Amino acid sequence: MSREEVFVTLNEVFRDVFDDEEITVTDQTTADDIEEWDSLEHINLLAAVEQAFGIKFNMGQVVSMKNVGEMADIILGQLGAL
Amino acid sequence: MRELQYPFDGEQILKRSKKIRRELLESRTDFLEKRIAVLGGSTTHDIIRILELFLLEQGIRPVFYESEYAQYWQDAMFDNPLLSDFAPEIIFIHTTNRNITNYPTPEDTKEQVDERFMEQYEHFRVMWDKLAGTYHCPVIQNNFEYPSYRLLGNQEAVYVQGRIAFLNRLNAAFYQYAGEHENFYIHDINYLSAAYGLDRWSDPLYWHMYKYACCMQAIPEFACNLSNIIKSILGKNKKALALDLDNTLWGGIVGDDGPENLEIGQETPMGQVYAEFQGYLKSLKDIGVMLTVNSKNEEENALAGLNHPEGVLKPEDFILIKANWEPKSLNMTEIAQELAILPDSMVFVDDNPAEREIVRMQVPGAAVPEIGTPEQYIRILDRSGFFEVTKLSEDDKKRNEMYRANVERKKQQAQFSDYREYLLSLNMQGTIRSFEPLYIARIAQLTNKSNQFNLTTARYTQGEIEAFAADERYITRYGKLADRFGDNGVVSVVIGRRGGMEDVAVYRQGGQTSRALAAGKDESAGQSVLHIELWLMSCRVLKRDMECAMMDNIVEACQACGIGTIMGYYYPTAKNAMVKDFYGSMGFVMMEKTDTDVTVWRYEIPADYVPKNTVIAVEDEKETD
Repeated sequence: MSREEVFVTLNEVFRDVFDDEEITVTDQTTADDIEEWDSLEHINLLAAVEQAFGIKFNMGQVVSMKNVGEMADIILGQLGAL
Repeated sequence: MRELQYPFDGEQILKRSKKIRRELLESRTDFLEKRIAVLGGSTTHDIIRILELFLLEQGIRPVFYESEYAQYWQDAMFDNPLLSDFAPEIIFIHTTNRNITNYPTPEDTKEQVDERFMEQYEHFRVMWDKLAGTYHCPVIQNNFEYPSYRLLGNQEAVYVQGRIAFLNRLNAAFYQYAGEHENFYIHDINYLSAAYGLDRWSDPLYWHMYKYACCMQAIPEFACNLSNIIKSILGKNKKALALDLDNTLWGGIVGDDGPENLEIGQETPMGQVYAEFQGYLKSLKDIGVMLTVNSKNEEENALAGLNHPEGVLKPEDFILIKANWEPKSLNMTEIAQELAILPDSMVFVDDNPAEREIVRMQVPGAAVPEIGTPEQYIRILDRSGFFEVTKLSEDDKKRNEMYRANVERKKQQAQFSDYREYLLSLNMQGTIRSFEPLYIARIAQLTNKSNQFNLTTARYTQGEIEAFAADERYITRYGKLADRFGDNGVVSVVIGRRGGMEDVAVYRQGGQTSRALAAGKDESAGQSVLHIELWLMSCRVLKRDMECAMMDNIVEACQACGIGTIMGYYYPTAKNAMVKDFYGSMGFVMMEKTDTDVTVWRYEIPADYVPKNTVIAVEDEKETD
């Protein structure tokens, strides 16, 4: 899966979770950019991302993730490791 | 909504919850509003988010109070204006093994373990007593799931110092409390976590990252299970099963293959599966679920199949058997009519997806589970929780008898040309009395599930019913009816409040708020008017003159305490058109029809009131007074 394809899927997940068809995420997107993305929604978002890619984040990854770009890198890393 | 029907895709529900919520809210307007307090020992945010969906699906619109993180005990035990202003109608206590503070250690003596157990149990027990005394509403309490590791390995449940032994002991004490307290219910997360898979359930990441006691993915199962208890308490259980026959109750087509070639019984693996399913259905019947057949078959063939010697279910286990070539949706509607229940109280079970789809389209509200393959039938029906037991009342167990008696009565009725003569032939015995402790649960249940013969559709908790019974401003009556075919149990409830004519201004507004307002008001200026806040009757005793007997009894009660006027109110809903002229038929005069279609009715009790009931022998409380 290419980085672009990861972003296509991530966009779908973000739109589902926040019920907002306008959302387009980029490398730099953080919780500050999406109004409803608070610490509680973050849990749900991560679970949805895990489900969409068939992966599981470990605690270290959850703690360190700073923006959507880093999330994409972790996803690509996990997919590559399979 | 399909997405929320068991077996569901929990991850889709979690991901699309906002959209699902929006669609559920748009799907109907007649939600039953309930204030639910969630007192958590761990994070509850997503539990509430998903629980709301499952409740909306059941027609219940929850308003939540959520305790601050892990403040369940403090919220319950200390004065809490936020919670008391919220006035919860249901309290859910979400504690788990993460909230155990006093586990035994391996060095403990047996006596020390006993002490720890008592201390830990008392922590919960005092809280439950306090909540019951303060809020008088149903309390739902999690039991404990097993821990994710075992220090003593396989002996963890054997030695009293083991955590599993300790949790088992606590759970047993919780169950005993539940058995001894009416309004207290166990939410069995011990079973749920085992069925889900304990390792996945107790994924430590969710605890350490977010303080969730179970993993996110288990929350839909959790919420579904919890919503079943809540809707059951509120009287929203399903009542009847409409069952297909061929390839649903046995393998094969009885009309084509002949009864002797059906797969049922111990001879083949598939035959065993169907026999086990029939056994499960028979047990459902024993807890009060009504069984009916809805099958495309010649009736003769259907009966031949049901009389198969290896079958567990027999024709007499069914209240009604519809085996014909009519559309199944039509049969569903007729079954509902003949049993005097609403079609949305029925569950349709059929192996054929096309038949399921037709019933789903044509019979709105009826549950039509995706039943899977024969070996999955039991689990899917069971976990759907259609018939969730919160109170195994004698009435429930007798329900099949009662409805069968009703069908018998209908047959009998055909033989009489004069209806009154028929009613007299039933030898009806009524009992009409003010609310008594023995019947409080049944009365509350009736107020929550009666939709058709219900003038105001006021919903009350057990606590509220108890309060009415104790309040001298209220005249309360419940009515039981028995006849020579059987005992129908409590079938009618009337609640009236003494006041003055000025109170009409409040009651005419309709809705739960005005009633709450009226109920909360201090002494009215007047005392000479009875305002009927609730009048309901179970549809299984329609056209038996039970309403006349209730009217007579209320009039008598009014006369005894100097009330000369009775005011009745009809609040229209989607389901109670049946009684829109009820007060008129009882001799009331319509005073007003408001712009919200509420009608206001007045009855001046004549000095020479002639009892309306002439067919039921009524035993009232005169002799006990």
